[in-house]
Amino acid sequence: MTKWVAKGLRTGIKSTRYPDTLEPAPGVSPGRPAGTHLDDDESGARLCGLCPTGALEAEENGVAVLLDRCVHCFRCLRGDAPAVVRWEGDYEWAAIEREAEDARRRLGRAFGRSLHIRFLDAGACGACMSEARQLNNPYYNIHRLGFFITPTPRHADILLVAGPLTDAMRVPLQKTYDAMPSPKRVVAIGACALSGGVFGPSFVSAGGVGELLPVDVVVPGCPPPPLAILHGLLVAVARKPPGPLRSAAPDAG
Amino acid sequence: MTEARNSAPTATGARRDDFFEQLPPALRDGLRVEPGSDAARCTVVCVRQKLRELCRWLFQEIGYVFATLVVEETDAPSWSIAYLFYGPERADWVHVEIQQGIDERTIPSISDIVHAADWHEREAEDLFGLTFEGHPRLGEFILHEDWPDGVNPMRKAFDARGRPERLPETQWEPPTVLQAPGAFAMPVGPVFSDYAESAHFLLETVGEDVVTAIPRFFYKYRGVEKIAEGRTPEDVLLLAERFSGTSALAHGLAFCQAVESVAGAEPPPRARALRCLLAELERLRHHAAAIKGICESTALAVATSQAALIEEDLLRLSCGVAGHRYLFGALRPGGLTLDLAEAQGRELADAIRRIGTRLAELQGMLQYTSSFLDRLEEIGAIPRRLALDYGLVGPVARASGIPWDLRRIVRYAAYGALEFDVPTEAEGDGYARLRVLFREAEQSIALIDRLAVNLPAGPVAVAVAPREGAALGMAEAPIGAAFHWVRLDASGTVSRYRLTSPSFTNWHGFHLAAENFAFQDFPIILASLGLSNAECDR
Repeated sequence: MTKWVAKGLRTGIKSTRYPDTLEPAPGVSPGRPAGTHLDDDESGARLCGLCPTGALEAEENGVAVLLDRCVHCFRCLRGDAPAVVRWEGDYEWAAIEREAEDARRRLGRAFGRSLHIRFLDAGACGACMSEARQLNNPYYNIHRLGFFITPTPRHADILLVAGPLTDAMRVPLQKTYDAMPSPKRVVAIGACALSGGVFGPSFVSAGGVGELLPVDVVVPGCPPPPLAILHGLLVAVARKPPGPLRSAAPDAG
Repeated sequence: MTEARNSAPTATGARRDDFFEQLPPALRDGLRVEPGSDAARCTVVCVRQKLRELCRWLFQEIGYVFATLVVEETDAPSWSIAYLFYGPERADWVHVEIQQGIDERTIPSISDIVHAADWHEREAEDLFGLTFEGHPRLGEFILHEDWPDGVNPMRKAFDARGRPERLPETQWEPPTVLQAPGAFAMPVGPVFSDYAESAHFLLETVGEDVVTAIPRFFYKYRGVEKIAEGRTPEDVLLLAERFSGTSALAHGLAFCQAVESVAGAEPPPRARALRCLLAELERLRHHAAAIKGICESTALAVATSQAALIEEDLLRLSCGVAGHRYLFGALRPGGLTLDLAEAQGRELADAIRRIGTRLAELQGMLQYTSSFLDRLEEIGAIPRRLALDYGLVGPVARASGIPWDLRRIVRYAAYGALEFDVPTEAEGDGYARLRVLFREAEQSIALIDRLAVNLPAGPVAVAVAPREGAALGMAEAPIGAAFHWVRLDASGTVSRYRLTSPSFTNWHGFHLAAENFAFQDFPIILASLGLSNAECDR
């Protein structure tokens, strides 16, 4: 066993300094499209036509992006159209659709540094879960922030849900939520959980988790990278301000 | 044609005669052997009375492997029910097809002869309303108990957006197999563990030891095959990539190859080589994650962290190469959406070699950690004979001594020109599976290292004009063989998409590894098999 201890010590500290400073390592986020200034309406319309999920919206001076709908198909970046969208490499993607009015769902300051999270797969493809799982790896190490993944909903303050919500997962999701003590919040991660993504709504799936549960924080992305999910958790306990859900076209390119 | 691209050229007629000559005389009557769309394939149109005997001969006498069952509703209207077999040593394909009127809903079951067809028949019964005569266990499978009887969502007339009224107050009644004094069942799931995909396991036990584990799946059924119908190939590619995000590239590739086969398009050499590079990058990342899972299941914290660091580094590398950590959006029918610059290739090769050193060090430390080996050795063993009977695929099959790999058999993309080993082990237990993962990762590293600095010049895509027809696309996904059957209609949209994933195939054999074990070994058995429910449930 001593060789493992020595190996661990030799490896040193790998953890990111986020949220104190931004993480500079390349590859922590695929980035995403942002509102783009375009001079002519025609290329705006052509760009909007490329998007399979209706995430691009033509505006007077370009295209805006409905960020919760983007599924990272890259058509607006690598498509055949002459104009491409602006691409932003950040990861602070979590947003709040509406502030919880219900006191049973609001988490006070006391939870800011002691937060227990139950992950739930409501029909996700595996990529969202894989990214959420990275939060426990030494690079992200959420324990240093007082955040813990718990196997039981009885100990959970936050329900972290991925997937479009398949019909067979409706009852398990509701039961898990009901088993959590108040106050509690729901954080939905990934395009599927937000709007159904490329799957829902359909004959066996809803168009997102919001159809069953009150969602407090949404984290767009397909999948959202670990730092975006971490941002979502920080937003849920008010340690970070939320980002926007819509990126408007700027006035000038 | 994808299937034939790198195999020895054979005249189509010769291939058909060849097959006919092999057939025992008693089987020849009532069969019509038709040449396939390419040299390595033929279709045998079979009468119902001969189906079981022909399948028995293919599987038991000449060692062909069952790949998938493709049920189609033709315009006639009639049923076309095709059993796809391939010869792993000969790299050729036989499609055994039954054609019958749309009102004829019964067909003989073959799953007592070819056990790998078991779940395929149950699925077809559930989704198409066909009845497989002689099958011991039909009924609720993919659609759970609240789904109304007689509504079959894969039928053409069913609307993919329709919401049939569910049966009220239905309750699942767990089956009990074990009849012994004091026996009880422990339900696990669908929500369990820290991070687990939604699936349910019923562990039957008499106390300490678990006698059998009965899985109940398809909590994550998203109806991918159904919702693909009527969409363009580009939009179905989004589904192919995203139904199982951790093996997106392999499934996207299988789908693209099917579309290219229908269209008669061949991606340029650079695209084919780059596809292999990305596929190996995905395999490497997947295997690193699977190794991490095994270390985690045995609670070896430092090893888990070391493997997790490698996995995250590979995710970041993937993002640097393809713009996405899980390689979404890299493929398109006809080639790729992106290219790799020369400097990028050199950097990738350097980075991959460093990863190789770290993986080798991790393996070296693990193989001398006796507390770790004690948890893996003789755990979840699957003997070779049973692995063959169940048609298991991928690293799980190779750990039981079955050396098959579609990269070798079909030689798709650029694999025909690449040299690599397909490692096997004999024991079929948890430790054998771990060793296969490490050795395959080593092969992937060598392939990426070579490919990244030796890419052929030229464009990375050709235009693909979809036309009417059907084809099978195949790829060796990280978990094993993936088969995507795609039919395009005259307007160029997808009219039938049959998706057979390695997790579906291997979960069928899961219970072989989960018999008579100690309860605390359950997570280790799950981790050592490394299967995905998203990939299985579709």
